[in-house]
Amino acid sequence: MPMDQVSVAHDDHAHDHKPGFFTRWFLSTNHKDIGTLYLVFALCAGIVGYTLSGLIRWELAQPGIGPLTGIMEMFGYQGDQAIEHAKHFYNVVITYHGLIMIFFMVMPALIGGFGNWFVPLMIGAPDMAFPRMNNISFWLTVAAFIMACISMLVPGTGQFLGFGGGWVLYPPLSSATGHPGPSMDLLILSLHTAGIASILGAINFIVTILNMRAPGMTIHKMPLFAWSVLVTAVLLLLALPVLAGALTMLLTDRNFGSQFFDPSGGGDPIMFQHLFWFFGHPEVYIMILPAFGIISHIVSTFSKKPIFGYLGMAYAMVSIGAIGFIVWAHHMYTVGMPSDMKAYFVAATMVIAVPTGIKIFSWIATMWGGSIDFEVPMVWAIGFIFLFTVGGVTGVVLANAGIDHALHDTYYVVAHFHYVLSLGAVFGLFAGWYYWFEKMFGVKYNKTIGYAHFWTMFVGSNLLFFPQHFLGLDGMPRRYIDYADGYATWHFWSSMGYAVTLVATAIFFVGMIEAAIRRRKAAANPWGEGATTLEWTLPSPPPFHQFNELPEVKPDSHH
Amino acid sequence: MNNRMIAVGLGVVVLAMLGLAFASKPLYDTFCRVTGFGGTTQIAEEAPAAIIDRALTVRFDANVMNAPVLFRPLQTSMQINLGEHGLAFYEVTNTSDHDVSLMASYNVTPHKAGLYFSKLECFCFEERIIQAGETKKLPIVYFIDPALDEERNMQDVRTITLSYTFYETDSFEGAANSAALN
Repeated sequence: MPMDQVSVAHDDHAHDHKPGFFTRWFLSTNHKDIGTLYLVFALCAGIVGYTLSGLIRWELAQPGIGPLTGIMEMFGYQGDQAIEHAKHFYNVVITYHGLIMIFFMVMPALIGGFGNWFVPLMIGAPDMAFPRMNNISFWLTVAAFIMACISMLVPGTGQFLGFGGGWVLYPPLSSATGHPGPSMDLLILSLHTAGIASILGAINFIVTILNMRAPGMTIHKMPLFAWSVLVTAVLLLLALPVLAGALTMLLTDRNFGSQFFDPSGGGDPIMFQHLFWFFGHPEVYIMILPAFGIISHIVSTFSKKPIFGYLGMAYAMVSIGAIGFIVWAHHMYTVGMPSDMKAYFVAATMVIAVPTGIKIFSWIATMWGGSIDFEVPMVWAIGFIFLFTVGGVTGVVLANAGIDHALHDTYYVVAHFHYVLSLGAVFGLFAGWYYWFEKMFGVKYNKTIGYAHFWTMFVGSNLLFFPQHFLGLDGMPRRYIDYADGYATWHFWSSMGYAVTLVATAIFFVGMIEAAIRRRKAAANPWGEGATTLEWTLPSPPPFHQFNELPEVKPDSHH
Repeated sequence: MNNRMIAVGLGVVVLAMLGLAFASKPLYDTFCRVTGFGGTTQIAEEAPAAIIDRALTVRFDANVMNAPVLFRPLQTSMQINLGEHGLAFYEVTNTSDHDVSLMASYNVTPHKAGLYFSKLECFCFEERIIQAGETKKLPIVYFIDPALDEERNMQDVRTITLSYTFYETDSFEGAANSAALN
């Protein structure tokens, strides 16, 4: 078509010509625009997931079944009916809080958002290898999210709406026995769709990183964020098909009479747990590795030093990814496995502390002797290192099968994985957000508001999650809507912590609105000599198409 | 290599992992059978030559899941030497007015004893049809492998519990047809 050729030729000349609104945002093939779409999407999904966690903390603020019953009464249920609906609704809330935060907030933001934005910029590529496939990945993720939301509103079991079996989807709760309604089928379809989107995205990242690095940028000169996304993409590629397989078996068990997980037909529900965690354990590294990459850049930038032990940092991520595939059964010590097998999984799990320790100590060694600027991203990064270490230490505790038999499915576990994810991955997200905000949007944010956001979030989320260690050690089980009065004090303070994070979130939005209204023009490189990666050589925001002439990376330059 | 070739190669990796997920079903079954994982008992063709003078207690357990039958062991426990033949009976009664087709799942506890618990004959090897109102005696011929005596990890085992659960076969209703929906 001649018209197309004309417009393509036109693009080459007028460097920054952008297409119209609909074409630009709905038919987008530009990695930066798709990155922005992912970030906006993750923000929306994050608000949904965060609201669900608010319902949890509201309900658990006091003993007894209160607020959720009130909500059910608003929908016309009376007396015991309202309480029964509230109980099921609580299970639905915790289930979808987990699934939405994992699949539709953390993954789209870290991999889809920052990955799309900065992997091509950092390796000196004009765009992703398959721009149209990139667009497909994004819209499949949106479709998956919509299906997950609908699944909350259709029958799950009996008269109750939504699937309430926990994010791990174990049968028989997730089979036709536990939740015969269409809710679980929709949820399976949603996760299949999200999985396909992530697999396509992972293929795109791997091809881009292997094939499209700028001249002179060898794989051992590549920035650590690109390394982290490469490792993450490989994990996605190997782990997600296993989840897809397990979910397909579940789907055929539910609808077509197969008996993969049904003991009456020779199946075994425990096999689902094995398959799920073979995916699920790499999945937790999928969520944290990109944050590791971001933190490395921030620590290096604001210490004005190259990262300490670059190769060690890169291969620490590779080994975390590799070991992540052989430790899955530490999530299921209590299913009844032989002691020898437990001993293996304990040992293999604790080995992960070695590469993780290498990363923590290398960040500290990078800061050591550096000329440190405590800019907003840097305080978030230091907060990340501290909080992730706390979560890592409780992880080593839980890795021990003997202790885990007592702590399995208690709030101690909840506290542990929220320290590494809610405080780890999310602090990494905000660190990246404040690090790259000016680069992405071309305007400055108010630093005072950024610091205020950090400190309220830091205090709030620690108040929220630290008492949950005490609750768990005292035996409070997870996924319970009610509890004995003895747990009331720490539950109260935990809920107060949530209230503080609400203030923090409000401050975050105030900061963003302030930046959008004031529109102070950002510099190409606001961070000075420490910011050495390629994205800082471009103006802020970068042009619609960058690197028409590929940048050359000199042999003696560092990362 | 060009972009397309790498992408196709990665696609093959994805399909391989997907295939592996489905292959895990037969692999898992084989693994359980071979290693006695999860208390999976062994099937033997002939009894061992030697009998060792070390007695264990075998306890018998019976369960029913969603089937209109009464199911019980005719002895709660028995003492047996390693390598010795054991003969035990269960009894099943169909309490309904129609024939039922039953299949048993089974294992032993502690799970680590599964590798050493061998059956020469068992009602659990195949599907059983019990007619309406009928009562049937079901035999098991088994022995405990004398090799157990040499295994350090088995020194603490004094009692092995053999457990069966009867399921009615062909009772699949499907999610969409379930009566629980309305």
